[in-house]
Amino acid sequence: MENLTALSYDLRKDVIEIIRAGKAGHIGGDMSVIDTLVTLYFKQMNVGPENMDNDDRDRFVMSKGHSVEALYAVLAKKGFFTIEEVLEKFSKFGSKFIGHPNNKLPGIEMNSGSLGHGLPVCVGMALAGKMNQQSYRIYTVMGDGELAEGSVWEGAMAASHYKLDNLCAVVDRNRLQISGNTEDVMHHDDLHERFRSFGWNVIDVKDGNSIDQLNAAFEEAKTVKGMPTVLIANTVKGCGSPVMENKAGWHHHVPSDEEYEQIMKDLDERKEAALHE
Amino acid sequence: MSKIANKQMICEALMEAAKTDKDIVALCSDSRGSGSFTPFADTYPEQFVETGIAEQNLVSIAAGLAKCGKKAYAVSPACFLSTRSYEQAKVDCAYSNTNVKLIGISGGVSYGALGMSHHSAQDIAAMAAIPNMRVYIPSDHLQTKELVKALLKDEKPAYIRVGRNAVDPVYEEGNVPFEMDKATVVCEGTDVAIIACGEMVGPAKDAAELLKAQGISATVLDMYCVKPLDKAAVVKAAENAKAVITVEEHAPFGGLGSMVSQVVGSECPRRVINLSLPDEPVITGTSKEVFDYYGLNAEGIAKKAAELVK
Repeated sequence: MENLTALSYDLRKDVIEIIRAGKAGHIGGDMSVIDTLVTLYFKQMNVGPENMDNDDRDRFVMSKGHSVEALYAVLAKKGFFTIEEVLEKFSKFGSKFIGHPNNKLPGIEMNSGSLGHGLPVCVGMALAGKMNQQSYRIYTVMGDGELAEGSVWEGAMAASHYKLDNLCAVVDRNRLQISGNTEDVMHHDDLHERFRSFGWNVIDVKDGNSIDQLNAAFEEAKTVKGMPTVLIANTVKGCGSPVMENKAGWHHHVPSDEEYEQIMKDLDERKEAALHE
Repeated sequence: MSKIANKQMICEALMEAAKTDKDIVALCSDSRGSGSFTPFADTYPEQFVETGIAEQNLVSIAAGLAKCGKKAYAVSPACFLSTRSYEQAKVDCAYSNTNVKLIGISGGVSYGALGMSHHSAQDIAAMAAIPNMRVYIPSDHLQTKELVKALLKDEKPAYIRVGRNAVDPVYEEGNVPFEMDKATVVCEGTDVAIIACGEMVGPAKDAAELLKAQGISATVLDMYCVKPLDKAAVVKAAENAKAVITVEEHAPFGGLGSMVSQVVGSECPRRVINLSLPDEPVITGTSKEVFDYYGLNAEGIAKKAAELVK
């Protein structure tokens, strides 16, 4: 089987290329969330270009829509479109490959961009699954800064009220947002307890950039009945190179030529290490 | 003549359709009573979703349901639905193109005495400005029934505003002229064209009678389809008249009057007078008291029309 950790480093390189080509992108969050996307699309969800018309497919909504470059890299690898097309068109005039997900592109279910929408929309999708007695699962990824949106908690309330065990949310807990540390901008800890008090099953993923740990958590979530599950994925913003890691200034940033060289070198080294683990 | 509120008609029409269509889902935000949707919730509990007092959640959940094949009818007071959940209407319904019908109940100044927080005098402007969002304001319960039947056949988002109170029917049972997205010609004349929507159609029709007694003939258009506006009907009515009057239960900006004025101004210039609520907090009172105060009644419309064509 393909080494998915190595794949996620390759896809990070694609993200860097996308951002350089489009001269824009939310690079830090792309790097923190990409392992979650790789785990979902290559280990968990029954989704691919061949079955997007199948009512029984799992559904994913990218609530933190600004990390769309990571989603483009993953969807291209899945075969929804080619990476060459993304590189050619991202952020260009008239392009469908814009800076947030839109469902004019294959593989994307819902448009997002404004934060705090994904979870409530997924509540509706999960309710439909229950009404139709279908077995598909619904996934969404939120940013931790996003949790300041009140609508997130409206959705959280309804998900437990309706016992939506077919719904699994992920919080990309990288602890940074555009203005700095999340805890300085708006306090979220103890996040585990907050979701717990809203009636959710909460799984803390110690290393949210570990495919193995994420996959184990998604597997565990499937066994929990009568309540929704949230994975608090403790990630590193900018994960993949010390040039970017844990730096709020890299929330959105286009790497310079010098930064680019170093980042690509670091990503290659980490990929090599992953291959020899 | 039977007289029931338009919101009740929506519930009845959906209940009729739900007998054979299990994909119809109604959602309320603690608004099933005020929306006259308790019978639906009681009869089809498996097709009903309560979100509590959470309008943003109401609309997003409706969009998620619709994305998975449901025909979602989100029922909530127009004042909250068109403002509190505006972004959800824009992003999750219109932008994502989901089959959500937003039912704004007790619209306009239906909650007259409850104050500006409960008025929705901005909803036409707000909703019409969103690409891929349609706006419908039916006049009576008979037209409302036809509108719901038509809406059940399409898969696009729409905002539908209805009032709280039962109004006198504009049309006759068994004889309701209705074509989707085409204005209904209530009567035809050559002096003045009166274009109205929602609860203002009844007074407009009565105004035409008052004008007739004064020797002034009026066309009355029921523009229940505010967006997409039936431009051809506007042009035809305006071309056959000396002047145009629009009447709406809405603020003076961005509503039916603005939209009709755009069309008349560009296609067949005539003088256009917009009768509407004022650009200020609306005076307290019942709908009738409020309408009378601002001249949004048959006498007010007829008086303005007579002045205009003299």
